[in-house]
Amino acid sequence: MNFKTLILASATSLLLAGTAMAQTAIKIGVLNDRSGVYADLSGEGSVIAARMAVEDFDAAGKGITVEIVSADHQNKPDVASNIARQWYDQDGVDLIVDVPTSSAAFAVNEITREKNKIFMNSGAGSADLTGAQCSPNTVHWTYDTWALAHGTGSAMVAEGNTKWFFITADYAFGQALEKDTTAVVEAAGGEVLGAVRHPFPGTDFSSYLLQAQASGAQVIGLANAGGDTVNTIKQASEFGITQAGQALAGLLIFITDIHALGLETAQGLVLTESFYWDLNDETRAWSERFAAENGGKKPTMVQAGVYASVLHYLKAVESTGGKETEALMAAMKSTPTSDPLFGEGMIREDGRKVHDMYLFEVKSPAESTGPWDYYSLLATIPAAEAFRPLEDGGCAFLAE
Amino acid sequence: MFELLGIPPQALFGQLLLGLINGSFYALLSLGLAVIFGLLNIINFSHGAQYMMGAFVAWMLLTYTGINYWWALLIVPLVVGASGVVIERLMISRLYHLDHLYGLLLTFGLALIIQGLFRNQYGVSGLPYSIPVELSGGTNLGFMFLPNYRGWVIVASVVVCFATWFAIEKTRLGAYLRAATENPTLVGAFGINVPRMITLTYGFGVALAALAGVLAAPIYSVNPNMGADLIIVVFAVVVIGGMGSILGAILTGFGLGIVEGLTRVVYPEGSAVVIFVIMAIVLLVKPAGLFGRTQ
Repeated sequence: MNFKTLILASATSLLLAGTAMAQTAIKIGVLNDRSGVYADLSGEGSVIAARMAVEDFDAAGKGITVEIVSADHQNKPDVASNIARQWYDQDGVDLIVDVPTSSAAFAVNEITREKNKIFMNSGAGSADLTGAQCSPNTVHWTYDTWALAHGTGSAMVAEGNTKWFFITADYAFGQALEKDTTAVVEAAGGEVLGAVRHPFPGTDFSSYLLQAQASGAQVIGLANAGGDTVNTIKQASEFGITQAGQALAGLLIFITDIHALGLETAQGLVLTESFYWDLNDETRAWSERFAAENGGKKPTMVQAGVYASVLHYLKAVESTGGKETEALMAAMKSTPTSDPLFGEGMIREDGRKVHDMYLFEVKSPAESTGPWDYYSLLATIPAAEAFRPLEDGGCAFLAE
Repeated sequence: MFELLGIPPQALFGQLLLGLINGSFYALLSLGLAVIFGLLNIINFSHGAQYMMGAFVAWMLLTYTGINYWWALLIVPLVVGASGVVIERLMISRLYHLDHLYGLLLTFGLALIIQGLFRNQYGVSGLPYSIPVELSGGTNLGFMFLPNYRGWVIVASVVVCFATWFAIEKTRLGAYLRAATENPTLVGAFGINVPRMITLTYGFGVALAALAGVLAAPIYSVNPNMGADLIIVVFAVVVIGGMGSILGAILTGFGLGIVEGLTRVVYPEGSAVVIFVIMAIVLLVKPAGLFGRTQ
């Protein structure tokens, strides 16, 4: 072997070793509702968002190959756990994202911890994900019931609406939202006159609305989501509830719900979200690209959260150069988050992603320039106040 | 003031009325199912999907062509009923000589396909359909505010249910139909085209579902899952009433609407299961259903 060949051979092997080191294969599972009440606010749109994150990050150019798989958990915790187990055990999934429906999210939360993988939730609401049920393997990205309760609840009480009645979806999320909002209302000197818990999902809410009307409350808090909220608001207007002077507080309303209701029915609703497509130039540009792939539909905050969380995860993969869970979680929590949709933010030790939240009011048909032009911004809730303080969450693993 | 079950009487009347409104939908849908089962021996699992199609076709007529609610009430049952006729001719008619189970599986599969197609096209959040101006607003009954539209739903449903019952039980055409299910060969021997009669009956049952869909469109959001949520309850209603009994389907439809409405006041968490609890009890005590005949 002559000198030249030796040089070439070692250079080649160095090159090969170099590529092999940077070559990381990642598998991301988007687990959400693809056919039921939450399919429009998460569903295929979340898969599109995850794919856009991979493209925008230029994962391939950085030696990270990413495969995205998706499945329908039908909003059922048992289905969600089966899929999560199969993904982790057999399919080699490293990260599960989205997972709306709090009861399903709790199931995935448990399994992820048991298998020592990573779960970045965007779709589910219960603040217990970073409280009583917190896990070192979970990041809760987009919103939670505490933030919603404080955003919308405080705003309504501040306007003098102190007597509340709740219409609550009878599962983990609805109950958490009712509990958190009750705390806000009572802390502000208000009073909760009663609550009714309806089976999830429901169709006819007139009976509950009539009970809410009879209670004499000033505000009817809707602690439900998706199609349930749409039908409740629609029927409240039909039964003359709002016309008779009672206000509706939609505690969790997505832009797809407003789209389904139409502005005629939805106008004047006050709601809290962490993302709106028309916030600034960056959100507008991204949302336009998203809508082009999503049949013209603008993104919800859940889909935006999937994009941003996948982006942040990929940054951690790049910086740690591997996919070892502890290293990735540490990197994600120590690096400030930065993306075009939620701006600057951070992930707290308990897994809570912290960013600004926004209080919006739904426009009247006259104010709106067309489809998807639905919100006007009432207030920005700064990140420091938007989420439950770390010490109030009762997250157990932090003490360990 | 006296109270019943801890509810003031005013509130109770309100809830009874609401139960009756929901019962109207149960009655209309279970009536269609009962007609189809009673006369064709087919368990029509695509009934919920056909109800959903009714609401969607009404929405399409309004959105794409500007045809209003009142015309939709007439046109939609005809259009969706015609689709039922096509399905019966092409598929269901091949299954009459087989066990009930095959009809059930076929129609269940069809329901999934229809729902999937609509879901793909229109998403699940639902589409808005306004209450017709003639029926907007409401009347204060003293104990509750009754939206005029809901009042109309009760009236329309009672009229349609009665007319159907009358046509099947009291007219000559109904007598032919009932005879044809008992002994098709003999009725055919009298020169009556039995297969065509059966096809039209299926079309009629489907049209009833579509009509319920149009009635429902302004109340519930028009979405692809609206039938899937309802159909299981409606099946329970039919089982409680007695499979194939027309009168049973109507009366239990209204009755169970009321029972469910009351449960929503007393124990709302249980309102989704109360009908199934009743179904289980009825099946234990009277397996043929409240109005069914044991064969």
